Amino acid sequence: MLERVRVPPAAAAGLVAACSAGLIAIQARHVVAGEVVLESFQWVPSMGLDIALRLDGLSLLFAGLVVGIGLLVILYAHYYLSDEDRNGRFFAYLLFFMGSMLGVVTADNLLLLLVFWELTSLSSFLLIGFWRGAAEARQGARLALFVTGAGGLALLAAVLLIGDIVGSYSLGAVLAAGDLVRADPRYPLVLALVLLGAFTKSAQFPFHFWLPHAMAAPTPVSAYLHSATMVKAGIFLLMRLWPVLAGTQEWFWAVSGVGLVTMLFGAYVALFQHDLKGLLAYSTISQLGLITLLLGLGTPLAEIAAVFHVMNHAIFKASLFMSAGIIDHETGTRDMRRLSGLARHIPITATLAIVAAAAMAGVPLLNGFISKEMFFAETFELRSYWSWLMPVLATAGGLFSVAYSARFVHDVFFGGEAQDLPRQPHEPPRFMRVPVEVLVGLCLLVGLGPGLVVEPALRLAAAALLQGPLPDFALASWHGLNRPFAMSLVALAGGIALYFARRYLWALHGDQPRVASGKDLTEAFLRHLTELSAWLHRALDRGGLRLSLLALILTVLVAGWSAFIPGAPAATRPQAAAGLVGGLALAVVLLGSAATVLLHRERLLAVVSIGVIGLLVSLVFVKLSAPDLALTQLLVEVITVLLLLLTMYFLPQRSPRESSASRRLFDGLLALAAGAGSGALAFAMLRAPADSISGFYLDQAKPGGGGYNVVNVILVDFRALDTLGEITVLGIAAVAIVAILDRIQLPPRQLDWDGRAWASGQSLLLEVLSRPLLPMALLVSVYLLLRGHNLPGGGFIAGLVTGTAILVQYLAHGNDWVEARLPPHYTSVAATGIAIATLTGLAALAFDAPFLTSTFTYLSWPVVGKFEVASAMVFDLGVYVAVIGVVLSILATIGRQHDVSREL
Amino acid sequence: MESYLAIAIGILVTAGVYLVLRPRLFSILLGTTLLSYAVNLFLLASGGVLADTAPLTDRPGPWPDPLPQALVLTAIVISFGMTALVIVLALRAVSERGHDRVDASPGGADE
Repeated sequence: MLERVRVPPAAAAGLVAACSAGLIAIQARHVVAGEVVLESFQWVPSMGLDIALRLDGLSLLFAGLVVGIGLLVILYAHYYLSDEDRNGRFFAYLLFFMGSMLGVVTADNLLLLLVFWELTSLSSFLLIGFWRGAAEARQGARLALFVTGAGGLALLAAVLLIGDIVGSYSLGAVLAAGDLVRADPRYPLVLALVLLGAFTKSAQFPFHFWLPHAMAAPTPVSAYLHSATMVKAGIFLLMRLWPVLAGTQEWFWAVSGVGLVTMLFGAYVALFQHDLKGLLAYSTISQLGLITLLLGLGTPLAEIAAVFHVMNHAIFKASLFMSAGIIDHETGTRDMRRLSGLARHIPITATLAIVAAAAMAGVPLLNGFISKEMFFAETFELRSYWSWLMPVLATAGGLFSVAYSARFVHDVFFGGEAQDLPRQPHEPPRFMRVPVEVLVGLCLLVGLGPGLVVEPALRLAAAALLQGPLPDFALASWHGLNRPFAMSLVALAGGIALYFARRYLWALHGDQPRVASGKDLTEAFLRHLTELSAWLHRALDRGGLRLSLLALILTVLVAGWSAFIPGAPAATRPQAAAGLVGGLALAVVLLGSAATVLLHRERLLAVVSIGVIGLLVSLVFVKLSAPDLALTQLLVEVITVLLLLLTMYFLPQRSPRESSASRRLFDGLLALAAGAGSGALAFAMLRAPADSISGFYLDQAKPGGGGYNVVNVILVDFRALDTLGEITVLGIAAVAIVAILDRIQLPPRQLDWDGRAWASGQSLLLEVLSRPLLPMALLVSVYLLLRGHNLPGGGFIAGLVTGTAILVQYLAHGNDWVEARLPPHYTSVAATGIAIATLTGLAALAFDAPFLTSTFTYLSWPVVGKFEVASAMVFDLGVYVAVIGVVLSILATIGRQHDVSREL
Repeated sequence: MESYLAIAIGILVTAGVYLVLRPRLFSILLGTTLLSYAVNLFLLASGGVLADTAPLTDRPGPWPDPLPQALVLTAIVISFGMTALVIVLALRAVSERGHDRVDASPGGADE
């Protein structure tokens, strides 16, 4: 046995991510040179939706985070996932997310940004629910999708409003129209909707509650989506639209207020989490709140600090999540009440995690310290009566973050030996630690030499954010003994003290009654919504077709009669004389309909009488100058009657009388009203002035479509897309019929419903006559197909002729005889026909013409003479093949049931 | 001729509506077939009535309106697809429940 060489999915995913990193790096030099890289393709120009991409400093920074951390997460996940997990699916989802997120940060069109925004929500849903066997994973995924999806809807409304105000969805135009947007009376609404979108995505209070439940995802996902990148999408949006929306009182109060509350709330709650990932989730909420607060402050330096903290948080939080994943992986638990003293067993991982946690706490010489100092400095910039409050609250937030960082470090790595760990802890595989090492190394590098390592990138990003000149600033790891440093010291000392006094705080917290959580409220809302729709469904659908139909017919009657209230339009067209033929035809319609109604319980007789009406209708088509219709109707009538007779074998041959006399009377009166109404409507229409658009088709059929038969030219040329859609629908019907009849069990009927035996064997006469019939019918159908462009005929009619001829073979010789001679899968014949028609249409694209553009020319052959060749005839060939495939797959599948049921 | 056509459409609709209100799938199928005849004639009539000619532009006019004809041609073929689908649903119903009643109401208990 040859072993199949399998490429690990992680390697494939890593290759894709590395390629995108390379492509971004190639473009980056333009951005470094101060340019904005723009690329644009039209998508739906009528809606203003273009595939427009932009790479400026801000996009570059976020794109770098997305692919950089993405690469590390892929490497990490390769070791994290077990063989039982469906690795291929996981990495496919991960790449799906990476592509969507790159789209969000590089979109240059607000509608396109929204499309990618929703795609990140979807990929996040798939990744949170990756372990779909776990109920909490499914609930967490649903909750996240509900909250972020609702925010996406708000954002859609905001984007539409902005587009309406600015007159364009292009980011360049929107960024240049900031004054216009802020002066618009709809500005508060736009701002509220944008903030709804951003706050739900970035887990800001009170929409934060989905993020802790998203921790049911595999840890690489938490590290990547739910700390480093996706939850930053809301922040990114606020940064993108900062030049447009910021600078007003509304912006200041809403953004900084929500950011402040989120920062304090998240930091406080984080302290009470016992789950490692829960602690990290609430700390992420808090840190995102900090960034939002910075954005709300509105000073240019605060914006720079916000961008800087986005980077720093992504780096240290991703490494912390990865460390938490390693601990979970190696010990089998994430509960900090059980974990203890791990530093002895996994010293390297412990060191890395301690450094990262210190960065999170804002310890000097690490990256988190610098951006937090910038934040502290900015809190003094407020000029209002509560300006003293801001530094105090900021210090409080810092204090809590020190406390939860201390808890992460002390509870897990220090203290006595853990007693009841599910597994004896060891260091993880060498390369599982590499991503953590890289990230922690970055924490140190940025912390020690920020001016060298990140300042150039930060300047580029900030310039793109502010869309204006940068204020004076310099990054340094040490700014001297100043007020921010004093705040840092207070936070560090107070945080450690708070950690050691935590038991008092827990006792206080434990006594408080549990209030309804966002999750419970959302679940209850969704449950009520489901119940409401179920109730509505029960109220409207009582399990009977008749009631639904009655509602439909009565509605049509009311709506239809109301059309006559203004009075019938003046009759302007003279009536044509009907003559004896017309009277005769009307009499046949009347008699046939009456017979069908009276005999409808005698099913065989009803089929005969309805066939009479069908034949008469095709004669009416002949009289009314519609030869193509007459041919089509005639052939469809034959095939339909065959179809009904084939099924009659299995169906009851009589319908019992089931309705009461009063119900029949009611239905009859209703039917009369409907008939009188539609007859009157038809008459009014026939007498009213007519204004047709068909002059165009009559004029253009020959010069534009190359055919004299206007009906056929419309079908295969002017309206070819409709026809393509139609044969596709037919193909779907055929596939559905084959599927419905798949493994159906129909009881064999030895006798018919009157107790007579069915005829057995085949008719010799039919058998003999049918053989020469087939080649002749094929010849006729080819003739009809070829002449269709100029004379009655074409793909539909020719296909029906061929289909009928083959059906006669089935009748004369039986299934086995035919199926031994023809391909068994008629559905693939139908698919071939649809493919031919589609490819003909696609061929036009090669000549830079729109889909389904046709062309024609004249050829001159010896003997045959001069004749026309049109690409539309190839399209018609596709229609021909598709119709044959559909007709035969339907009837042959039903016919086959006869053999199946006999074998039972 | 217009009035005759309108009356024919009315008759077909009357019979069709009555039949689709019957409780058996087979009757409903007969009803929808009659309704589709009526609808096709109605569509054709929307282009006006012109007898004994054809929409072939190499022949002398007047030509009938070709657009409703193209619409009706596809409608005929589609209605065949629908008839086939409904009759197959009836087969499935017979195979699984032994009858082709369409109502799940109490009166429609399985035979």
